[in-house]
Amino acid sequence: MKPWPAVCPSNCSVRPLAPSPAQLAAWLQSQHTELSTFTHCNLAPSGRGAAPLIQHPASKHAYVAHHQRTEVTRVLGCHSCCRIDMFSKGTKRKFSDDGDEISDESLAGAQVSSSYSLQRQSLLDMSLIKLQLCHMLVEPNLCRSVLIANTVRQIQEEMTHDGTWQVVTETFCGGSQSPSERLVATEVLCRSREQDAEPKLFSVLSYEGCREEEVVTDETLCSVSVSDTASDVCLSESARHCWERDEFVEVDRDDEACESSRLGPGDDDDDDDNDDDEVDEEEESSRVDPKTMGQVFGTFEIKNSAPGPDSALEELFSDVDASYYDLDTMLTGIQSAPKMGPYDLLDSLAPSHGPPSIGSPSNCRSDLNELDHIMEIIVGS
Amino acid sequence: MGEDGESSKLNHSFLRDYVTEADVISTVEFNQTGDLLATGDKGGRVVIFRREPEVKGEEEELAEVGEYNVYSTFQSHEPDFDYLKSLEIEEKINKIRWLPQQNAAHFLLSTNDKTIKLWKVSERDRRPEGYNLKDEEGRLKDISTVTSLQVPVLKPTDLMVEVRPRRVFANGHTYHVNSISVNSDGETYLSADDLRINMWHLDITDRSFNIVDIKPVNMEDLTEVITAAEFHPHHCHLFIYSSSKGTLRLCDMRASALCDRHAKIFEEPEDPGNRSFFSEIISSVSDVKFSHSGRYLLTRDYLTVKVWDLNMEKGPVETYQVHEYLRSKLCSLYENDCIFDKFECVWNSTDSVIMTGAYNSFFRMFDRETGRGVTLEAWRESSKPRAVLRTRRVYTGGRRRRGDVGVDSLDFTKKILHMAWHPEENIIAIAATNNLYIFQDRVNSENTENQ
Repeated sequence: MKPWPAVCPSNCSVRPLAPSPAQLAAWLQSQHTELSTFTHCNLAPSGRGAAPLIQHPASKHAYVAHHQRTEVTRVLGCHSCCRIDMFSKGTKRKFSDDGDEISDESLAGAQVSSSYSLQRQSLLDMSLIKLQLCHMLVEPNLCRSVLIANTVRQIQEEMTHDGTWQVVTETFCGGSQSPSERLVATEVLCRSREQDAEPKLFSVLSYEGCREEEVVTDETLCSVSVSDTASDVCLSESARHCWERDEFVEVDRDDEACESSRLGPGDDDDDDDNDDDEVDEEEESSRVDPKTMGQVFGTFEIKNSAPGPDSALEELFSDVDASYYDLDTMLTGIQSAPKMGPYDLLDSLAPSHGPPSIGSPSNCRSDLNELDHIMEIIVGS
Repeated sequence: MGEDGESSKLNHSFLRDYVTEADVISTVEFNQTGDLLATGDKGGRVVIFRREPEVKGEEEELAEVGEYNVYSTFQSHEPDFDYLKSLEIEEKINKIRWLPQQNAAHFLLSTNDKTIKLWKVSERDRRPEGYNLKDEEGRLKDISTVTSLQVPVLKPTDLMVEVRPRRVFANGHTYHVNSISVNSDGETYLSADDLRINMWHLDITDRSFNIVDIKPVNMEDLTEVITAAEFHPHHCHLFIYSSSKGTLRLCDMRASALCDRHAKIFEEPEDPGNRSFFSEIISSVSDVKFSHSGRYLLTRDYLTVKVWDLNMEKGPVETYQVHEYLRSKLCSLYENDCIFDKFECVWNSTDSVIMTGAYNSFFRMFDRETGRGVTLEAWRESSKPRAVLRTRRVYTGGRRRRGDVGVDSLDFTKKILHMAWHPEENIIAIAATNNLYIFQDRVNSENTENQ
């Protein structure tokens, strides 16, 4: 008996014309796996060129250099959800005033949190794909769509909070920038909505019994979590801002000038620390093969194709437009003109004309170039 | 029925595993006496089974004691098209509810996503014969051939079951209808879609009252939908509706015309230890049923069934784990959409046993008095007519017994979503994809199978 259905379950109201979520998730997974085998420098605090460090199987505070590629195993054929030890973010992270000193504990925290972020990211990808595939002949199931949308919101909220405190795990963009500042995460439970201080709260994808040696420490996987940065520019918790920041950050993966993307509102909130925090994330992400990332995040490309920074900023700040991209229309499969709203990420998943394209590297490239230009201008050289 | 199964096996074995989408059963419902069992499928058809009256005085082993045979089949809903939204409207029958019987005819309500229909099921077993002006085929007679007058008499004929649509309640819902429930007053019923609940009068089709509306002004703020609704079995002013966030709201229609404000809200506080990104999805209530006594509520969410006391709002009085072993697999189940499956739950006639479905053709029964649960299987290969159903087990650790099924080998395409329990006896009807299983609790432990 084949345990996992290759087609949609029988009571699924969706008649798939597009590839099924499982197929797309499998495609996503193949991208993730590709990334995972991309050996990548660096967890070493001092910066560049160190070999990847693997968590010692016995003790999660000891690191050993490991030169082989670490494979990501799969659990139960779940394509996007790799068997990664991300059961908890239990390690207490300390705020280090001296940016260069990083304790083992915080490294371990970084490890766990990175794999957790990866998991979270893949869950986000999956959810967005599911929402995207609502555009079928038959009216989509509203309950399912609402539940998925709530999950996406939840991830976004958490990313907002975590992005502020995310440990920056690396740096090295050809040495152009140094990670002078590492905002090591404090207790992640500073999040206002969490009552309980139990780290176990963060076992969002419960993979109990995962062995420690299966922790994937590859930098690329960590860098996949780049989406949850861009926290500095906007500490507000509005979902819309979260979406916009994520969009911009995800596209910022070209490797050249890795300045921070100060493309959000609330510039007054910035300080140097946060800038560099931003920078680090950019560099880290930039290390990844842009094409691959482009394919992975091609779905997250910014719909805004207007050249120049001003229009981009304008779009970002355009608050309430006359015709919002209504959840109603989205869920009923009718595409309206894309607007920047809480669901504009979904919007970018489905261009208003033509079939949804998962990978469009060319668009990514042009966007990347634009944003690099923007960053250069804003940050200065 | 056993013989029929055999012959179909010989002739159509190569077709047996091929399931046409339209044959998938989507709802099962007994009427108030339990003599009639209606099933609706994805193709918009309704099949009514009737229990054969027991033949007394025969040998008990061979007599057709109370078996259910097909009584009538009709096409209830046709596929439709919403021209405004350019979307198809599925003809799948979401729910069937029988009306209490008032005369010789039976009435049932059937609904698809948008339209509710009232059907009259009547028998005709005699017809008048001996007309003066018409001959046997109904043609007019030549009046010159009529020499004498006769009084037409009713002569028995073969049983004919006629099903006619009596009411069509259309255009009442913008969203997909998920529940209908007949009121105890016998005159009204409610229909619930994702965001609204309407109350109809059975005789009036062009008008309905909106009694619950949870649609937000801005659809972007939508975070909760209605998943099921039911009238109280005895109090015609009370009804309950469940939401995708796991709350139950009891509303009293005497309080106001629009029952947006609940009289009581039943909600279990979230367990912080089990929190995950899927907590909300698995807390979504897929079915809610009042007990026959009217005192308790039965709800089904993804992993548990819960019994609530109407007098206590802060939490359920009983919680039963249906398939807790799936908790660690939620991500995979989210990926293949199984996490959104809507299982139903049912009470037995005395409210002492509750039943619900699971995967791999398994269904679970819980005895409320002992708190114990049992897993049974509705699968053709393992059940022969009149064989005793043996209990199954999913291996979750400890000593592995023969016949245990591992979690990884569960077939998630074989899900038991719909079921019904006879209102008076221990007879259950289980819908497994396109098969209907009827199990009876008897000394002989019979079971029958219908396709």
